Amino acid sequence: MEPLIEVRGLAKTFTLHTQKGARIPVFEKLDLVVHAGECVALYGPSGCGKSSLLRSLYANYLPQAGEVLVRHRDARIDMVKAEPSTVLAVRRETIGYVSQFLRVIPRIPALEAVAEPLRALGTDAEAAGRRAADLLGRLNVPEGLWSLAPATFSGGEQQRVNIARGFVVDYPIMLLDEPTAALDADNRQGVVELILGAKERGAGVVGIFHDDEVREAVADRVFDLRDFAAAA
Amino acid sequence: MTEAGRSTATAGRSVGEAYNFAYLDEQTKRMIRRCILKAVAVPGYQVPFGSREMPLPYGWGTGGIQVTASIIGPDDTLKVIDQGADDTTNAVSIRRFFARVAGIETTDRTAEATVIQTRHRIPEHPMREDQILVLQVPKPEPMRYLEPRELECRKIHGFSEYGLMHVQLYEDIAKFGEITTTYDYPVMVNRRHLMSPTPIPKFDNPKMHRFPALQLFGAGREKRIYAIPPYTEVKSLDFDDHPFEVQTWDECCALCGAEDSFLDEVITDDEGGKMFVCSDSHYCGERRAAGHVGPMEGEDAPSFARPADQEADGS
Amino acid sequence: MTEAAPSPLLRVTGLTHRYGEIVACRDISFELFAREVLGVVGESGSGKTTLLNCCSAHLEPTAGRVEYDTRTHGLADVFGLREPERRMLMRTDWGVVHQNPRDGLRMDVTAGGNVAERLIMTGARHYGRVRGEATTWMDRVELELDRVDDPPKTYTGGMQQRLQIARNLVTKPRLVFMDEPTGGLDVSVQARLLDLLRGLVRELGIAAIVVTHDLAVTRLLADRLMVMRRGEVVETGLTDQVLDDPQNPYTQLLVSSVLQV
Repeated sequence: MEPLIEVRGLAKTFTLHTQKGARIPVFEKLDLVVHAGECVALYGPSGCGKSSLLRSLYANYLPQAGEVLVRHRDARIDMVKAEPSTVLAVRRETIGYVSQFLRVIPRIPALEAVAEPLRALGTDAEAAGRRAADLLGRLNVPEGLWSLAPATFSGGEQQRVNIARGFVVDYPIMLLDEPTAALDADNRQGVVELILGAKERGAGVVGIFHDDEVREAVADRVFDLRDFAAAA
Repeated sequence: MTEAGRSTATAGRSVGEAYNFAYLDEQTKRMIRRCILKAVAVPGYQVPFGSREMPLPYGWGTGGIQVTASIIGPDDTLKVIDQGADDTTNAVSIRRFFARVAGIETTDRTAEATVIQTRHRIPEHPMREDQILVLQVPKPEPMRYLEPRELECRKIHGFSEYGLMHVQLYEDIAKFGEITTTYDYPVMVNRRHLMSPTPIPKFDNPKMHRFPALQLFGAGREKRIYAIPPYTEVKSLDFDDHPFEVQTWDECCALCGAEDSFLDEVITDDEGGKMFVCSDSHYCGERRAAGHVGPMEGEDAPSFARPADQEADGS
Repeated sequence: MTEAAPSPLLRVTGLTHRYGEIVACRDISFELFAREVLGVVGESGSGKTTLLNCCSAHLEPTAGRVEYDTRTHGLADVFGLREPERRMLMRTDWGVVHQNPRDGLRMDVTAGGNVAERLIMTGARHYGRVRGEATTWMDRVELELDRVDDPPKTYTGGMQQRLQIARNLVTKPRLVFMDEPTGGLDVSVQARLLDLLRGLVRELGIAAIVVTHDLAVTRLLADRLMVMRRGEVVETGLTDQVLDDPQNPYTQLLVSSVLQV
């Protein structure tokens, strides 16, 4: 079976023009293959480029070399070279991304923020709202908060709203950047179940999990970034 | 209406004064006649013309006078009215002006006149194909209030992008529940050009539609001439659900009892006494001569005071 | 690569505009697709407003082409259209939201009349329906309906801006040009306006070009970003990619100069 993600020869280097052109190499010659139903945990010390890789897979960062081939509909899209409109289509339908911090529009109620990715795919408001409510419930976000804008929520609540937003669509690919960092044990379990559920339905998951327990619960294998460290 | 230049020039001399016939020189008349022909050819379109200095100030009918001077001939009979009346200052001055510089007959009888110059009214008495109505125009551009740029106005006319006028009517209805524009009510001429009918009451607008006589419009200060040829379609703007309506009165004319003419409200004393009389003085007089009597005729009828409306705003 | 390479809504090719010796825009080319929002950022004097004016056919560029997917002729050079066609485009298929509401509103005409104008200009002649549509749009941009008969000169800046948006969207345009739509507004008012704009643009599937020097505005509104400097495009790409991983030195400076984009 063709992989969901195939990364070939990927390299990421930051050139800081505002700081005398300082170059910060992150990784190079990186290859990674992710199949359906598989969860890959990115591993390595802080600063080795776990987040940079995840962001490169999502086309949030622009790699300097290599390709990120993603199966989107019936085609393979290189996220590095794709047109912005294509990338946006891939993000709408194929790749879900849960960042470390919630970044939503001010003033929008939590329930609507969670439902938004589904609405963008054309799901009607009622069905999208039901799905969003279901997720918020499973993640123990108090129902009283659903109609409020998340800006005032606690860190853990915001994180769970963020996760709900990421899982509201059944994306074929999920990218998770420390989804459980701000959560207590009970809530971590809810997230683990969501991830296992995603694998079950055949999603490919790439994640950064600082919590060993969570990583052991969900990851099929560990991908060590240190093997691809770029020479400074 | 006029003969060839030479004969009118001769006629002018015969008046015994140093003026050319009808004051304007023959070249100017030719220029204005060409503009009139163009205006007739494109009904409702404002034709720019080389407006001359006249021996009256702008606002006293200089546009209308130049049009009249260009079309009038020695055999014509002229009637001049101001707000419907033949005996107001503006009307008297213009009538006297043409009697002097053209030596022509003047009249106050609508049926007898071949050319009628008017400010702010169309006569009540029906007009015929062999007559010409000349209207004095203060502001020829109907969209000026909403669109101050002349170039933009010309483009709107050129491309027939009318709509702004309806915004003004919208404003009327939004603010007052009905279209409150009562005079200078914009019309669409020949389904093509939006036109200011001059500050005639909207009561007169329906008369313009398929009017048998040629209607010419002269704006001296703004230097524009436009025209409505006989029997042209003239439609007052409106909304489907707020159709055009003319004003009506509960009263009839206090002097002649007319119920179908445009009435002026006349204050008769300092105690709030008032009466309504025909704005068209000739029409009213004719009816009274024929024996029609209004509610106040016969009793202590005031000495027929005309409204004090002689502010100069009719070019 | 994507769905059968659709034809663009707007295509700009080699656009250059000079004011005498000064080059305001130099050799700019890009395409805008239906339902896409393009942000144009750069500091004052970078040529972004000139570019917007050229694209919206308010200013004929010195060189280059601006083509738009007209309903009648397909992709056509907007400066090659007959003037009435171009003017028709401007009041139906396009909208312009000016930075200064005074440039986009009739300040002495009631708010309702301002919104009604474009409907009337396209032939609506039923007062009740025009008024109904106008109030519906006032409501959609969250303006109080009891202010419908007040002129915009009695409105606050934020209300004027929302009225301008209603006035433009009432004819359901496919492309809206916005020049600093939140410039000159209080921060709290800005956020509200941005929410509103974002919602309307997505909901109605409008394509837009948004010129601004405020990167936060583009983060919320734009799918794609074009960074301009001294009349040239120095970087272009997906909005979050340009903001989070800028490649060009000038873009890096621009992004790093902002507090928490």
